Amino acid sequence: MTPHIEYLLRLGDSSLVLGQRLSEWTGHGPVLEEDIALTNIALDLIGQARLLLTHAGRLEGAGRDEDALAYFRDARAFRNVTLAELPNSGIERGRTQSACYAFTVVRNLLFCAWQAETWAALADSADGELAAIAAKSAKETAYHLRHAGDWVVRLGDGTDTSRARAQRALDALLPYCNELFAGDAVDAAVHAAGIGPRAADLEAPWRARVVPVIEEATLAMPAASRFVSTGKSGLHSEHLEYVLAEMQSLARAHPGARW
Amino acid sequence: MAAPPYAQELVERAWAVLGTVADPEIPVISVVDLGIVRSIEADAAGVAVAVTPTYAACPATEVIARDISEALAMAGIAARLTTRLSPPWTTDWITPAGRARLREFGIAPPGAVDRSAGQVVHLVPRGARMQQTPPCPQCGSASTELLSQFASTACKALYRCLDCREPFDYFKPL
Ligand SMILES: [Zn+2]
Repeated sequence: MTPHIEYLLRLGDSSLVLGQRLSEWTGHGPVLEEDIALTNIALDLIGQARLLLTHAGRLEGAGRDEDALAYFRDARAFRNVTLAELPNSGIERGRTQSACYAFTVVRNLLFCAWQAETWAALADSADGELAAIAAKSAKETAYHLRHAGDWVVRLGDGTDTSRARAQRALDALLPYCNELFAGDAVDAAVHAAGIGPRAADLEAPWRARVVPVIEEATLAMPAASRFVSTGKSGLHSEHLEYVLAEMQSLARAHPGARW
Repeated sequence: MAAPPYAQELVERAWAVLGTVADPEIPVISVVDLGIVRSIEADAAGVAVAVTPTYAACPATEVIARDISEALAMAGIAARLTTRLSPPWTTDWITPAGRARLREFGIAPPGAVDRSAGQVVHLVPRGARMQQTPPCPQCGSASTELLSQFASTACKALYRCLDCREPFDYFKPL
């Protein structure tokens, strides 16, 4: 698989997996408006994934379409960043398993800010189709980012409980952002070919988006950590298998089904 | 190959047909008024129609493509549909007639797209209404407030009128 296709899968799988995670809130949102908002954001992310996976499949030329890539690859073949697959309940040991809204919106802020910078950097990609997908996605991401930022401020600068939850979420999630900016062979090849930005170059503009929101939310930016997750190389946390089991079981039980 | 002499007429007829194809989610507005039909050109087989999606995942996209093909086929026009992603669709392409129909339907039409909106996080301030809000499509009052950035579909936000107290959808600038 070429670095170009690997890179498209990294972007497409990240959108797909977070979209699937956010869809878990459908019917379970804290209030009706937020139920609808997260469902809409999930749908937008899955829309990005459709375009990116379709494009990856065409470049690959092996006859795999968006559905083949989404439903018939196993966890090791997924290239999403680990940040996207973490459960909505958070990842601290001993915590209850119920979904946490603070964790959800803090993750959305961190993830969507990275997407916003990625789309902007792809505007003049040598891959014209990717540039078009990025331009389309950028407009939608701007709304997702606004939604997440608004909620992080409300929860951070809110009650003692909401503030504690938002801070706990930020402390848990920030180490997973290191992966977003970690370079490797795929990153170098894609950058050399003029297809995508160097991952590390997105960190400063990403911080410029995220830090003011964290400050307005009166939250503390955790100290830098050396932890680097490895989802984009296919080495995932134990959580991805659960996402895929739910997402893929129907398509695998009824291959080729139409409805 | 030169276009056949009746090409111009064929293209005009195709535009007229698509002017009657309603958006499945907002049926008061046609796909032409929505600004998603980007071009119609005569070719050897009939016409080539380029359609641009509104939202990447809009569930109506596939229905729209089918409705366009069927309407043209019913009119005896052979059509080939292509999806055009670039430049991305913007609400600035909704026609003045389309905006008027939206307002009649109770949906506040989109304002001009703020080109800087994608660059920074604009927080909706709590308590104070510092951002400009759309006027109420029911009573025309300028005194409205945002309830939710996402409403019944991804393309709309939910607002409330502070005078007539009615909630309404706002077609978000994109
Ligand atoms: Zn009113």
